[in-house]
Amino acid sequence: MTAYLLKRLAIALATLALASMVVFAVLEIIPGDPARLMLGLNASAEQVELLRNQMGLDAPLAARYLRWAGGLLSLDFGRSYTYSVPVIDLVRERVVVSLPLALIALALSTVIAIPVGLFSASRRGRAGDTIAMGAAQLGVAVPNFWFALMLIYLFAVWLRLVPAGGFPGWSAGVWPALKSLLLPAVALALPQAAILARVTRSALIEVLHEDYIRTARAKGLPYRAVLWRHALRNAMIPVLTILGLQFAFLLAGTIIIENIFYLPGLGRLVFQAITQRDLIVVESVVMLLVAAVIAVNLLVDLSYAVVDPRLRSRQ
Amino acid sequence: MNLLEIENLSLTIGGTPILKRVELSVAPGEVMGLVGESGSGKSMTALTVMQLLPWAARATGRIAFDGIDILAASEDQMCALRGDDIGMVFQEPMTALNPVKTIGEQVAEGIRWHIRASRADAEERARKMLDRVGLPAAQFPLSRYPHELSGGQRQRVVIAIACALKPKLLIADEPTTALDVVLQAQILDLLRDLVAENRMGLLLISHDLAVVTEMADRITILRHGEVMEAGDTARTLSGQFHPYTRQLAQASMHVPARAKTQEVGQGKPLLQVDSLTRDYPGRRTSLLKRAAPIRAVDDVSFSVDPGQSVALVGRSGCGKSTLARMVLALDGPSSGTIRFRGEVITGKSEAELRPARRDMQVVFQDPYGSFDPRQKVEKLVAEPLHVLEKKPTNTERREMVAKALHEVGLSPRDMDKYPHEFSGGQRQRLSIARAIITRPRLVVADEPVSALDVSIRAQILDLFAELNQKLGIAYLFITHDLTVARAITDQVMVMHDGRIVERGGTSEVLDHPQSEAAKALVAAAPDLHRAIARRLQEQG
Repeated sequence: MTAYLLKRLAIALATLALASMVVFAVLEIIPGDPARLMLGLNASAEQVELLRNQMGLDAPLAARYLRWAGGLLSLDFGRSYTYSVPVIDLVRERVVVSLPLALIALALSTVIAIPVGLFSASRRGRAGDTIAMGAAQLGVAVPNFWFALMLIYLFAVWLRLVPAGGFPGWSAGVWPALKSLLLPAVALALPQAAILARVTRSALIEVLHEDYIRTARAKGLPYRAVLWRHALRNAMIPVLTILGLQFAFLLAGTIIIENIFYLPGLGRLVFQAITQRDLIVVESVVMLLVAAVIAVNLLVDLSYAVVDPRLRSRQ
Repeated sequence: MNLLEIENLSLTIGGTPILKRVELSVAPGEVMGLVGESGSGKSMTALTVMQLLPWAARATGRIAFDGIDILAASEDQMCALRGDDIGMVFQEPMTALNPVKTIGEQVAEGIRWHIRASRADAEERARKMLDRVGLPAAQFPLSRYPHELSGGQRQRVVIAIACALKPKLLIADEPTTALDVVLQAQILDLLRDLVAENRMGLLLISHDLAVVTEMADRITILRHGEVMEAGDTARTLSGQFHPYTRQLAQASMHVPARAKTQEVGQGKPLLQVDSLTRDYPGRRTSLLKRAAPIRAVDDVSFSVDPGQSVALVGRSGCGKSTLARMVLALDGPSSGTIRFRGEVITGKSEAELRPARRDMQVVFQDPYGSFDPRQKVEKLVAEPLHVLEKKPTNTERREMVAKALHEVGLSPRDMDKYPHEFSGGQRQRLSIARAIITRPRLVVADEPVSALDVSIRAQILDLFAELNQKLGIAYLFITHDLTVARAITDQVMVMHDGRIVERGGTSEVLDHPQSEAAKALVAAAPDLHRAIARRLQEQG
């Protein structure tokens, strides 16, 4: 078990190091000089050169990488070219919006998907299954911004239950802040729940054909008990894999939803930074997301071992 | 009064008839043997009694268990019966237990459910039951997971689950088919004791007449969903009045006609194995430490002459499959050498092995798993041709495939079909065709008939014998089934704990075993003649 843990950890760290090099290299390659951009079109060549020197942009590639990577480790992400404030402050402001949003969406998606998957799998091929999987098909096919618009129309414009957009900040109180995250979380969760429900269903159907399900039924357990106690845990591995991937997506892939709901999240920050050539912000946020994804995957790997005792004893 | 009474039971699944007017009864303390080939409806009969059929199934007739009308019972009533008054044991112990739950949880679960026992009480009863089935607490604490147990041990856990609440009826569906003969004998003993202790009725389902004869008081023979014959075991099998009963009995004792093979020891051996050893690294016990390596094959030497048929017998886990893999150069030995046709084949590259590969082929146990379902027979049977020096043209290839198919008793027209269009026995013919297409001099067959029904098995054994005579192919037959060894081989090697402990002429070794391992195998192997004779003697 310890060996399994350490091996996973080592792989995660190596991936992180490799990813940092790739992120750095890619942003080096793309055209656009941050110094020129900051000074505007009218700046002279000397001024640009001076600023490049101040920002350390004229140092050799390896040196710049090491300085940047070293900074990341001490949570010093540098200063934003456009806002001239430490990147860490920008990120901190945005994470408190994006992270809760992703977590709520993930929780919603799980809470919807697993019961639907169980329901469908236990009624495979019958009317209930067909209807549930038809709905899931729709959920996968319809883009989430459309859901978002419909939700705004229904709950914000028509029923006036929640605000249509914007984020009051956590200082305005937990409930008002949560309320403004509710609709975007639902819009994000629905398509994810649709995918997860399908995965849960097919994983369960496979497990329900296993011999030990028959053994459990021969013990006298009712079908529902067999489903919850024996089938679900065995079907968890593919479900956990998808959950891990979805969390990564929910954290990073929310630009459209954040724009629709006018939420100051990480997605919007990256989007703006890219258009403004604020490369240091882009690099930092991307690295942060990479780290989050790797951490989640590590967590998923460890949860495999919790779910399946066979992985604990194998090296 | 009978415990279980099945009258006029018919069953259809999605409109397809599965059972037709089946009659069967089990009295308390009685063992009823239900025999038939695959697809005869044995398992479906059991699942109908348990009401665990697929939901498209429709049953008519009457099943009375202890005064309860099973076909009219509600699901709640059935849940109360299953695991309490009726227990069931299944064929495949490796997959019958939930891999993510401990054996303690799995045995205690039914107890808690039925008698509403507290967790502690249920675990105490589970502990007693596991002790009873031969899994003592010191080695097998409740916290063990199924993957930490062997096949035989897992089957004991399944029996503990089924018998935890002392059921009135136990249904055992091929409970020993997946186990080696020694384990089979142990599990059968255990079932017999449990029947005697609790006056439990046992419905024993098996395709193996010898097993049923040893165990059952009465026997019911099923074919295509219909009862062919039923009655007292000894009388039914010694009389063999019904033609199908006679056919089954003869097929299970079938010995192919073989001319005496050539003198052993003439010329050079085809295969020469010298002090072969294979170690597997031990389990990692911590980050830096490993347990001592496991020696799967330990200093094994033997030789096989051209055209000779040699059986390698032993209990599961004795190292026979590892040895076979090394002979086929699919796995390298830790030390020792293998010579094939006089050349050393150990430590050679794949390119250097090519000529040797042409002359050695393999037939596996599972005729279902060993073909790619999306390829046509022509391509599947022609697979080994890529090791030929000269690549055959398309016409040549088709001719060779046609010839190989003809030799195994299939039609050359079959070459444009897909594997799913063939039955299990025909598929095993296909794998033999694939093995002989390169005209090999050695075929390694790993349990080639153990997945087949007795009548099919007799035909395949005939085919092996015929090819041995006609093409002079030498065989290395890996099997745990001594009847197969007796039927088809000249020599037997008995393997135990990685070593070959005995070798000699097949009938000598099987009739007068010398080593402990060989004696245990022979004593445990079910034998139809012997079983019938004993039954008749008991009844006077």
